[in-house]
Amino acid sequence: MSELKLELKEKIIEQLNLEDVSVDEIADTDPLFGEGLGLDSIDALELIVMLDKDYGIRLADPKEGRKIFESIDTMAAYITANRTN
Amino acid sequence: MKPVYINSVGSVSAQKTFENNEFLNEITDYNDTVIHVIDPNYKEYIPPAAARRMARGIKMSTVSSKNALTEAGIENVDAIIVGTGLGCIGDSERFVSDIIKNDEQFLTPTRFIQSSHNTVAGQIALGLGCKGHNFTFVHSAVSFESSLIDAKIMLENNEVNTVLVGGVDELVEHHVTTHRLIGHIKKKPIALKELLQSKTEGMVMGEGSHFFVLSTEKSPSTYSELVAVKTFNTLSKERVEGKIVAFLERQHLSINDIDLVILGNNGDVNYDGYYEQLSTTLFNDTPQAYYKHLSGEFDTATGFAFWLANKILKTQNIPDVVKLNAIEPSNLKTVLIYNQYRGENHSLTLIRKC
Repeated sequence: MSELKLELKEKIIEQLNLEDVSVDEIADTDPLFGEGLGLDSIDALELIVMLDKDYGIRLADPKEGRKIFESIDTMAAYITANRTN
Repeated sequence: MKPVYINSVGSVSAQKTFENNEFLNEITDYNDTVIHVIDPNYKEYIPPAAARRMARGIKMSTVSSKNALTEAGIENVDAIIVGTGLGCIGDSERFVSDIIKNDEQFLTPTRFIQSSHNTVAGQIALGLGCKGHNFTFVHSAVSFESSLIDAKIMLENNEVNTVLVGGVDELVEHHVTTHRLIGHIKKKPIALKELLQSKTEGMVMGEGSHFFVLSTEKSPSTYSELVAVKTFNTLSKERVEGKIVAFLERQHLSINDIDLVILGNNGDVNYDGYYEQLSTTLFNDTPQAYYKHLSGEFDTATGFAFWLANKILKTQNIPDVVKLNAIEPSNLKTVLIYNQYRGENHSLTLIRKC
């Protein structure tokens, strides 16, 4: 699980162009949206595509993303339980 | 019709032009076939959260447009008009590459949003909160001039009072590779100060962003008056001279009234003849300048020429590095810019000190 969390942090930094953020600066429980990393709705779409492309998870209802993308912890848990590749 | 004034300039180019209080004080020479802009510290102009999703062309244009607005002493304009040959081609390339690589699946929104030509004009408008006329002209080497014409018509007809006009193009890998394959870029690196002596085929490719505030009202920051702009999509070498004379006559001017002509020589042995014939005949006795050894060649390189012309008129100084002949002007009032690219898309732009 810790490897997956590190992988997620690296992917988020790279795919969302968070140039000034390092892996160490993202805590597993930090909120990704709002006060934490400050991601927005376009980033949410990027993350939905990332789940599909890299982990074979297609969200049937995009509203599910709100809970899944709360933090690195919630993302890692969801991916571990649902990944198909 | 009301006169149209150029009230401010903003530039990001292969020279250090992003600081408006300087004028080619320090020249960066290159020995290459492709030259990139000298990047300003974008963080001074763009919040990091906004910058992370911006293509290079948008970043460059945010800086040059902000500098132009600051110099004009205004925070917003009535219209934004941008000329670009290829828009945010970098994101367009990546978007198309992703389509191919991922078998038309998994397309992400950011690259799609920016994979259009009018992204720059749109992003500037969003940043300013400008809800006025927002237009992008995409027309190869006359893209910038097309924007100038649109702005001039709107201003002269009292449709608007202030317009932000610009030209932008960015360099990206695939675009450069394509131009190398078709032989439009020089095969061997060349020191740019020797560009016109190379006598080889192709150009040195560049990029840049140049923005200007145009207005019907003169201000303390005013550089010049935009007198006339004309474009010709096709024009044979034999007809260029006649078109220039006719263009000037329409402004009740003759060749003798031109204090400086700025030519678009890019060192391509196949097409610099358009300029050389003018240098040795029509403009034989006219002070001449060139600039693509400083900026590189790109669809909106005339934005650099327009910046240069305005700087020259304001400072009343022609930097040695741009002089094409040794004739010194007795007066520095009227400047003509002539450009073409590979024998097509010719443009004439006339400005006058005011």
